[in-house]
Amino acid sequence: MNERPATTASSGAAALDAGAGAGPSKRFSWRLEIDPSRKESPWWMTFVSVALALLACAAFIAANGKNPWTVYEKMFSGAFATEFGITETLVKAIPLLLCGLGVSIAYRISVWNIGAEGQFAAGAIAATAVTIYFPDLPFYATIPLMALFGIAAGGIWGALTAIPKTYFQVNELITSLMLNYVALLLLDYFVFGPWKDPKGFNFPGTPMFNDAQSLPVLGDTRLHFGLVFALAAVVLYAFVVRYTRWGYELRLIGANPEAAKNAGIHLKRHILIVMIVSGALAGLAGMSEVSGVTHRLMYGISPGYGYTAIIVAWIAKLHPVGLVVSSVLFGGLIVGGYSVQTMGLPSSISNMLQGAILFFLIAGNMAFKFRLRRSG
Amino acid sequence: MDLITQLLVAALSSGTPLLFATLGGILIERSGIIQLGAEGLMLMGAVAACLTYLHTGSLALTLLAALAVGAALGLIHSALTVTLRANQIVSGLAMTLFGTGLSAYLGKSITGQPIPGAVPKIDLAFLEPVPVVGDLFAHLDLLTWLSFLLVIVLHLFIHRTSWGLHLRAIGDNPPTADVMGIPVQAFRYGCIVVGSMLIGLAGADLLLVYSPTWIEGMTAGRGWIAVALIIFARWNPLRAMFCAYFFGAMDTIGFKIQLIGSAIPSYFLKMIPYVVTILVLMFLGYRNRNKPSGSPEALGLPYIREQRF
Repeated sequence: MNERPATTASSGAAALDAGAGAGPSKRFSWRLEIDPSRKESPWWMTFVSVALALLACAAFIAANGKNPWTVYEKMFSGAFATEFGITETLVKAIPLLLCGLGVSIAYRISVWNIGAEGQFAAGAIAATAVTIYFPDLPFYATIPLMALFGIAAGGIWGALTAIPKTYFQVNELITSLMLNYVALLLLDYFVFGPWKDPKGFNFPGTPMFNDAQSLPVLGDTRLHFGLVFALAAVVLYAFVVRYTRWGYELRLIGANPEAAKNAGIHLKRHILIVMIVSGALAGLAGMSEVSGVTHRLMYGISPGYGYTAIIVAWIAKLHPVGLVVSSVLFGGLIVGGYSVQTMGLPSSISNMLQGAILFFLIAGNMAFKFRLRRSG
Repeated sequence: MDLITQLLVAALSSGTPLLFATLGGILIERSGIIQLGAEGLMLMGAVAACLTYLHTGSLALTLLAALAVGAALGLIHSALTVTLRANQIVSGLAMTLFGTGLSAYLGKSITGQPIPGAVPKIDLAFLEPVPVVGDLFAHLDLLTWLSFLLVIVLHLFIHRTSWGLHLRAIGDNPPTADVMGIPVQAFRYGCIVVGSMLIGLAGADLLLVYSPTWIEGMTAGRGWIAVALIIFARWNPLRAMFCAYFFGAMDTIGFKIQLIGSAIPSYFLKMIPYVVTILVLMFLGYRNRNKPSGSPEALGLPYIREQRF
């Protein structure tokens, strides 16, 4: 078990005397040290981490008077066992994948964008603005315009994080998070105020979109065209990072910013562009959510997609294939969280699991790099 | 009470949770470890306090519960960042996400239950006739006085004791501190655990004094504002006090404007603390563009004794 060295030796690099009783000549000690030959933890470590997180959270479920096994079984079957569950999981995976891609690009160059939630909301608001101010455009004009508005608004929201960072040395973590609250308040203003559906019985939402403003869906499921956006974005991401000059420069900055700077790469310009792209992807997610799923802008449109996306990106180690897998996994976790509500458990159970998974993931990844060695 | 005094009183009460969290954060970051889990820690402290108070009704146990939860989460953060040398930013983010989720899960059954007057007020009747001071200090609660005390204790600890000197040495240059015989890892563990306890207490203060009802995500970004406050305060407890009250004022100013009867929609007024945080950070960044930020020099770098620098 790779967890053991981590938990037993809390004193870090300090040597632990194991031969205290023996004579001075026979003294030896155990040392916990970083094994330089181990760079990356293996892929199965991710699954071990997820399993351990589930185990740890079982305690909290049991504390609530429920059998953890039944709960997990119900969550899994709710998300993956029926056709409805699977399509619902994929529907949730679309915004997660787009937002996860967005933050992945930023994390590649160590720009800690945690503002995908706000960029998502900005995109959703801008896409809805098209339906409010140009209500009678045909399908082929509305959808591209909505996507364009969503992308632009998300990009602008990303730039609002990047400009303070590049020109005023403001920590992007704080800016991007503060902007989340600003964007969500702006969304609340529109749905409770000027854009509220006059025929909506005071429901905090805009009028329903018409067919020209809605993304096409697959058959009679809720799976919409946003899936194509998301998959196209993944392919583009993989291609750009691996085969273009820009992608090469990003990888260089990620590996060693100092060397990149000395090689003549404009760090500030890259940070600005990366944040705009990052925000634009989240904005597209917001557009596809209003146009494909809810068909209106409404209060509480995102169950924290922007925050879950951080974990999605991290668990995938920013790898395109990993992103697809982890976004489906976390989409399932959200759907599973809803499906245990009937058992009297709050749906925030999925948020708790997400946080625990991230904890165990970073612990597992680091613990793998250590070895326990006898010396002396 | 005139308007300015009212604003000062409000700034004091909404600034106190921020002050606790900022002080905790300063203690942690002075030891060289980035602390981004404040939001999750505050929420966990608040939910622990709320559950304990509703079940026992004892203030002492309530505060102990918040401190204990803070310590437990602080231990996780230290194990990850000090022993395992995991990325401190990601560990902090994990703490925030886990704390937000777990607190919502644990607090589901007590959402909306009011907690009236849990913290006793200390009445200083002799102060009442004094114009502004009387309004501010005559009827403050126990926790606010505790926060004043903590500012002084922390200031003296960091700047006037030999342990404080060790702490600053660890934050600025851990290899040198290690050579001097200071137990770097143990010190960092201690600072993270105690600092996290203070942030947990900040959550308890928010819940017991400022808005005495548990609501999911009730901190509404205050943990992150506290993270920003550490930077404004330049890692200095005395400055932290003024910064916290300034942001306390920003937090309530929108509400005050609303009371006067302005036409601005309340959603925009609620944006004030968030927008001001960004603007103040930008201003500071511009003003201090050629100066050191005052941050501990080894902030964010894991210390590995065997590693060459």
